[in-house]
Amino acid sequence: MNTYAIDLSLKPTTFDLWHVCLAGTVALLSLIIIVLLLTMVISRIRCKKKSAMQQAEPIVKIIEVEKLVQAPAPEPVVLKEATPDAALQLLGLLQKEARFIDFIKEDIAAFSDADIGIAARVVHEGCNKAINEHFTLAAVRSEQEGSKIALPEGFDAAEVRLTGNIVGIAPFTGTLVHKGWQVTGVRLPKLTSGHKAAIVAPAEVEL
Amino acid sequence: MNDFSDHTQPETATEEVALANESVAVERPQNGTRFCVGIDLGTTHCVLSYADLDCIDDEQFSPQIMAIPQLTSPGSVEEKQQLPSFLYLAHEAELATGSTELPWTANPDFLVGEIARNLGSKTPIRLVSSAKSWLCHTGVDCKAAVLPAEAPDEVERVSPFQATTAYLQHLRDAWQSLHPNAPLDQQDVVITVPASFDPAARELTVEAARAVGLAQAILLEEPQAALYSWIEKSHGDWRKHAEIGDIILVVDIGGGTTDLSLIAVTQQEGNLELTRVAVGDHILLGGDNMDLALAYTVKAKLEKDGKRLEAWQLQALTHSCRDAKEKLFNHSELDTIPLVVASRGSSLIGGTLRTELTREEVNRVLVEGFLPKVAVSDRPTSRPRTGLRTAGLPYAQDAGITRHLAAFLAKQQGATDELKDINLPENASFLHPTAVLFNGGVLKAGALAERLMEVLNSWLGAEQAPEARLLAGADLDLAVARGAAYYGYVRKGKGVRIKGGTAASYYVGIESAMPAVPGMMAEIQALCIAPFGMEEGTQQELPDDEFGLVIGEPVRFRFFASNIRREDKVGTRLDYWTKEELDELDEIEITLPEEGRRPGEIVPVHLCAAITEVGTLELQAISHKDQSRWKVEFDVRAGE
Repeated sequence: MNTYAIDLSLKPTTFDLWHVCLAGTVALLSLIIIVLLLTMVISRIRCKKKSAMQQAEPIVKIIEVEKLVQAPAPEPVVLKEATPDAALQLLGLLQKEARFIDFIKEDIAAFSDADIGIAARVVHEGCNKAINEHFTLAAVRSEQEGSKIALPEGFDAAEVRLTGNIVGIAPFTGTLVHKGWQVTGVRLPKLTSGHKAAIVAPAEVEL
Repeated sequence: MNDFSDHTQPETATEEVALANESVAVERPQNGTRFCVGIDLGTTHCVLSYADLDCIDDEQFSPQIMAIPQLTSPGSVEEKQQLPSFLYLAHEAELATGSTELPWTANPDFLVGEIARNLGSKTPIRLVSSAKSWLCHTGVDCKAAVLPAEAPDEVERVSPFQATTAYLQHLRDAWQSLHPNAPLDQQDVVITVPASFDPAARELTVEAARAVGLAQAILLEEPQAALYSWIEKSHGDWRKHAEIGDIILVVDIGGGTTDLSLIAVTQQEGNLELTRVAVGDHILLGGDNMDLALAYTVKAKLEKDGKRLEAWQLQALTHSCRDAKEKLFNHSELDTIPLVVASRGSSLIGGTLRTELTREEVNRVLVEGFLPKVAVSDRPTSRPRTGLRTAGLPYAQDAGITRHLAAFLAKQQGATDELKDINLPENASFLHPTAVLFNGGVLKAGALAERLMEVLNSWLGAEQAPEARLLAGADLDLAVARGAAYYGYVRKGKGVRIKGGTAASYYVGIESAMPAVPGMMAEIQALCIAPFGMEEGTQQELPDDEFGLVIGEPVRFRFFASNIRREDKVGTRLDYWTKEELDELDEIEITLPEEGRRPGEIVPVHLCAAITEVGTLELQAISHKDQSRWKVEFDVRAGE
């Protein structure tokens, strides 16, 4: 039987076109491998650089927080928030007694002063009744408006507002321009669980 | 909600605080009475007044007025001194759930108070008003569901009795929520009734109180309560203002009724004594009539200008007339008050009706219309009611209050004959009052009060009698409740007590033993069973007059009252009387139960009349054989 063996130690004896092509292919493939390897190495290096930057960022933040804590911050001011219920209730009362919302929401431009005057009576009469029934009002200052009054040191600036030529130190003397109003009594109706505050006037349907 | 309540209602606030402290600090006996409570169960308003008995010494009786929590509109509860006596029967779809809660209940049986009046002003077919006037309306069964009279069949009606019970229940619950440690059924409770209430109406009021657990409540006549309040307010000074021989005329003009009483001041062992000598008829005439009269006047004026008014506009007009009237009476410098009736839609300008009410109109309609200058010989006109009347209240036909007053004083001319301290001149044609006490919101108007005094004094002047003086210092709106609370205190033996007893004598009608005449009704005699002025806690029997009662069958008697026949004793038989003398009340009824007897058996009985401590008349039939007693019922109404 004829065996066919490959002897790898054999050296080519001839150098023809086939061999040239073979050598060119080998050179081309090795070039490609080198290029691939190079790009891989470069991209690796780039990635490393990025992650290094990401690790650095939190450090900067911590420093910032430390800065905030160290700064002498002012006390946070919590403003009182008025509950809408009482305001809605008052609107309801004014509408019920004085048709207040009807009046305010109406376009008065088209009407004569006489017509508006008649309606104003309804509103004035009703508001007067509603306010007197649910609030006790008193003047802040009992003196006559236009008279000279003296304000001692430590007067309540919430009760009396200074205007005009405010210079010097207390006691101040000035003219009482407006006597002021203060509520000394509130008698608002209590509300049941079924009360809908937002309905300040229910729609009315006559059967 | 209310940071300022201390400023607005100092009395109530301190009182509450004091109470709270006491209940914590002092261990009180659980059932010890601590308060005397006066309830003014008015035709248009109820008021509750109370005083702490532990904090009273002789000179210092200061009753408080309870602020009554009540619904004012769906969803809102307010405290007001007066509870309007109105009841509203709401449709089930009308009110949102949870919008009718009260501090003591999530679901009240009836809507009463301000909310009832407000809702009812727009839906009158569901509004019950003036239930009290129905209680003494002869010819109506007060326990039958008849109100509102104009309601369509679909509306479930209530009886006048139920409505009265509902007002009392509201007051009781309000008290309980404000004084949880002092249940109202353990306090001294006094309920006021008009002096002109008949025995049946008084009985119904007591029964209503019993129905809400106030079995201990006693009755007091309103004009007496007003006088008690005046005495209490004078802090012992009243003795300087009242003299022996005085006859005090109490004029009480409320929202719906006018009530007149006479109280004599006499002397007993050196002490001043007060005796209520006469009461007037129940006159359905008051402030509401006045407001309506003004509204109709203004309506006529508008219609002359070609403006038609709808029903709701007239209603609104009545309201604004009431306010305008008060302004005109209180501010003498004003001559006209503009009246406005706003449109119902949301557009206010343009749709609003404007007119005016002038002083001249108020004077003409109210002063001249209701308090005309008349002679003392004038009498109220009453024309026979024509045709079939729909079921309604018997409103006074003559609006002239002065004419009713003249009739009353002339009718009661002999009221003081038995009192030796009081001497009427020979020529007197009417009883001469020497002092006048006013009560009721209407008389707050100076012009009306002055006119009333002017007319009365003109009558007195015509008979050379001295002018009557006005007893000042009365609180016209709240006096009755305050006086009722004071009466609770007086009953403990403190202060002066007004004597009086029954304000009428009572009779039953019996057929006289005469041969029957064809075509003629059998003659009827009036047999006196209770004399005038019977004191509380006393009783009188008439053993000589026997009746045969059939077991198991109701027997009815005609029943009469007289507020002028003072001399009749028990057993007196009247063959003849004038229409003036005796008023026929509703029939009374006795039913003998069958227990232990044969049906159809005839039992001889005699009648016994007693005035209970509560202040009601009680009639009993007593068997001769075994002394067993049966109650005679008042509240059977004719035509039942």
